[in-house]
Formats: sequence, structure tokens, C-alpha cells
Amino acid sequence: MMLDTAVDFMQVVDWSRAQFAMTAIYHWLFVPLTLGLGFIIAFMETAYYRTGDEFWKRTTKFWMRLFGINFAIGVATGIILEFEFGTNWSNYSHFVGDIFGAPLAVEGIMAFFMESTFIAVMFFGWNKVSKGFHLTATWLTAIGANLSALWILVANGWMQYPVGMTFNLETARNEMTSFWDVLLSPVALNKFFHTVTSAYVLAAVFVVGVSAWFLLKKREQLMARKSMIIASVFGLVSACAAAFSGDRSGVVIAEVQPMKLAAMEALYDGEESAGLTVFGVLKPAEERTGNDEAFYFRFEIPKLLSLMSYRQADAYVAGINDLVNGNPNQGLMSAQEKMDRGRVAIEQLARYRQAKKENDAATMKEVAALFSPDTPQGREFLKNYFRYFGYGYLSSPQDIVPNVSLVFYSFRVMVAAGVFFLFLFAMNLWLLWKRREERYRPWLYVLLWSIPLAYLASQAGWIVAEVGRQPWTIQDLLPTVAAVSRIDSTSVMVTFFIFVALFTTLLIAELMIMTKQIQIGPKNE
Amino acid sequence: MAQGNIFVRVYRFYRDGFRSMTVGKTLWALILLKLFIMFAILRLFFFPDHLARFDNDVQRGEYVLEQLTNLKP
Repeated sequence: MMLDTAVDFMQVVDWSRAQFAMTAIYHWLFVPLTLGLGFIIAFMETAYYRTGDEFWKRTTKFWMRLFGINFAIGVATGIILEFEFGTNWSNYSHFVGDIFGAPLAVEGIMAFFMESTFIAVMFFGWNKVSKGFHLTATWLTAIGANLSALWILVANGWMQYPVGMTFNLETARNEMTSFWDVLLSPVALNKFFHTVTSAYVLAAVFVVGVSAWFLLKKREQLMARKSMIIASVFGLVSACAAAFSGDRSGVVIAEVQPMKLAAMEALYDGEESAGLTVFGVLKPAEERTGNDEAFYFRFEIPKLLSLMSYRQADAYVAGINDLVNGNPNQGLMSAQEKMDRGRVAIEQLARYRQAKKENDAATMKEVAALFSPDTPQGREFLKNYFRYFGYGYLSSPQDIVPNVSLVFYSFRVMVAAGVFFLFLFAMNLWLLWKRREERYRPWLYVLLWSIPLAYLASQAGWIVAEVGRQPWTIQDLLPTVAAVSRIDSTSVMVTFFIFVALFTTLLIAELMIMTKQIQIGPKNE
Repeated sequence: MAQGNIFVRVYRFYRDGFRSMTVGKTLWALILLKLFIMFAILRLFFFPDHLARFDNDVQRGEYVLEQLTNLKP
């Protein structure tokens, strides 16, 4: 009976994780195109505003139609994630307290006023409001969508690097002590810039790819060429910015999530002057006990990982084994020691709860002092014990290791695609400048088939970010096993398949409507 | 430009906008169907708020505290 309960509980954890991952992946199929295409449309309409040329109005309206389809199908798919927080992840939802609530509330208000209001002007306002007002509405729709993303990514950034809060023993919730620490944390800022710039790249690839289709069909060639120029410039600048913010993310991850970095590189034994693996094929998980046993083969650039992570070519980069077993020479505590400390923090929490039940004011006061950042014993306890609170729920030190293969290969897909897109936009601009675009039909097919690659790269980026930080819902504080609700696993399984059906239907609807509208092309007024 | 009260003008703006939609009508049908499935079916029958059965934050806190302190690794 006990075993059945334990098995069912682990199924709840696994199915809840699968459901959340599936919902987030589907949601992210719609979001990046909205983020980037909004700006591309704004550039095109700006050209119309400045020149008064009806060609730009017609072009803008065509891409705006595709933007509208994507926006309409994707809108509110993110709300499902909030349903899941309340049902499947109730401990987590309560534990994060107002930290998550504040950015999401700001997001809701901004999204409503900026996107929902100005998007109506954008679609209904042609010939009804002035050209300047319409252009302003288009820009504000694009900016509003990106500001919405900011608040969501700030909330996500806090989960990866929880700062600016204190734990309230009485309510068992984290309370925000500094909004600015949450908003301006290096993880949140890097996450925002890297995510939105990569979304711009995806949108630029989409515009370039669809334009290539028109050139292949010898239709709307002027529109296709001009759209390609705008998208290629925007894409090239965005790809450079994504590379820069990705590089900065590496530095931040090395500092706050060293296990994620070790998993991204499949680095088992930490080393000085660590090399960056450009490509390699991993051995099965059970054979990967050290660096020498990790790969069948790999191509490595010496010292580059140390340089990119710590800005020093000879810096020490911690490996998976160092983080699991500890490495006193490098000042790394073992996972077992962290688990022991986490259990001390949980025991103190249990003491407080028991004392509260028994109205034992003295014990309550004693424990409250430990959780207070304003007392000396509190500062010591928070720094050395509560900091490892989540480790107390782990059953084995190995639990802190994420799925290395998935993270390792996803990271390489993301980076390889990013480098490829830099080349793609640069090459495309060169061909456009030389007016050779239409002569190279294979190149047009490359552009067209780069669209699914952009989506694959974007999803791979999120897999690195989220799978790489497992088992945590909140880094070091709350693992998935403690964050999940005590609910029946069957209901989670059922809703998982309902969502698969719902989201797949939406995706098919989007693809059908989108391809039909692309085939129709721009309309004459 | 339409004349009259600002609210009337805004109403006409939206009314005319919706009337002139082509592909938008299909999209609105999809949006409404999607929202109905999400809020009237999934939210009501499959996604109850697990902590909504408690009256206040203190009770919710006690429940979560119990969960967090009784979970054995």
C-alpha cells in the first residue's frame, strides 16, 4: 500500500512535469513570432509613413495578417500554465508567494492595455485614424508584446536565481523585499535579452523564408525582396545580439547554476583551462563516470570554456562529479552536505509548526529568529542552512544531476542554428545587394526550410534553460518533488492528453490558415 | 472621421472593424471556442485550484507547511 502510494506520487511528479513541459513548448511555438514580427511590421509601416508609398502599406498589411493569425491562435495558451500552477504545483504556487504574482500582475495589466487596445487600432484603424496614430499603435503593439515577455521572463529568472525576497514562516511564503533586485537580477536581464533577441531571429527567418517562397513561385517579387532586406538586417543584428547575450548568460550560469553549465558541456571532472566541446557523441549515461569515459569522440577548443565562463583562460570549471561529491580544494560543498543542511532547515520548520500547534511561544520565537535576516543567528542560518532548503527533499546526491544528454545536444542544436542564422542573414544580404537572389533557387529552398530550424533552435534553447536546472522549480529551494500537489496521477494523465489534442488542433489550424493566407498573398485595396 | 461622442465613436470603430473582417471572423470563432474549452471545461472540471478549499492564507500556509515538513526524501 505504501509502495503504491509512493509510485503514484512519483507518477504525479513525472506527469505534471511532462504536462507543464508540453504546454510550455506549445505556447512557445506561438510567442516568438509575435515578439519579432511586431517589430518587422513596425519597420515596414514606418517606411509607409515616411514615403507615403502604397506599396509599403500593402506589404505591411500582408505581414500584419500573418501576425494576426499567429497572435489569435496563440493568445491565452499561456493561461494554461497558470491553471497548472494552481492545480498541479500548489505547494510551489504558495511557496513563491507574491514574487511571481507581482510580475505576472504587471504583465496582465500591460498586456491588456497595450497589446489588446493598440492591436485593435492596428487592424481596424487603417483609413480611420491618422497615419501617425496608426503607426504609433503598431509600434506600441510590438513594444507591449515585448514588455509582456519581460515580466514573464523576470518571474522565470527569479526561479533560476531567487533574490530580493525573505521567507515568511507564518504563511510559508516568500515575500518580496526588493522589486529592483528581482527585476534587475543578472539572470533575469540576460534571460530577457537572450530570449527576445532569439525570438527576433525566428521572426526574421520566418519573413525571409516566406519571401523565398514567393520568389520561388515568381510572385510578388518586389514585396519579397524588400521584405527580405528588412528581415535580413533585423535578423543579422538580432543574431549578433543573441550571441552577445548568450555569451553573457554563460558567465551568469557559471556563477549561479554551475551544474547546468557542467551538463551543457557534459563535463564530469572539473578542470582548469577547460576546453569547449564543439561537437561530440556521448556514451550511454551509465558509462559516463568521468571526462575520459564520457564521449565516443569529441572536437574540443582548448581553454575556451574557462575563458567564456570566467573570462580567464586558466580558470577552474566545476564538473558534475565535483558538484555531486564536493571538491574542498575548489571550495565546493558536496551535495550530501547540502542535503544534510537542507534537512536541518526543514526540521526547524517542522519544529515551528509543532510549537505553533502547542502554543509554545518560546520555541516559536527561537525558530523565528533563525529565519529572520535581522538577527545574527538568522543571518548565519539563512546563509548556511536555509539556502540549501530544497536539498533536504532529495533522496540521493545524484538527484541534482539533470538529463545530461538532452541538455548537451539541445545546447549544440541551439548554438549551431544560431551561428547558421548569422551566416544565413549575412549571405542573404550579400545576394540581395548583388541582385543574384532569384538566380540561386537552391538558396531560396534553404531559406524556406530554415523556418522549422528556427523553431527547433528556439525550443532547444528552452530545453537547455529548463531541463538544465532540474530537479529545481526554484533553484536550491524547492525541487519538483516538494513543489507538486498531492493529487491523483490519473487526472494529470487525462489532462495531459486533452492538452495534446487541443494544442495539436490549434497548431494544425494555425498552419492551415497561415499557409492559405500566404498562398493568397497581399491583397489590393 | 466619424463625429459625435467619444464612446459612440469608439463603439463604431470596433463595430465597423469587426464587420469588415474576413479571415478575422474564422480567427474569432477559434479564439472563442478555445477560451470556452479552457475556462468552461478545463478550468471548471479538470483544474480546480488545489488550495482554494481553504478560507484564508493562514490556513493555506498551514497546509503547505504540513506538506513541506512531512515529505520524506
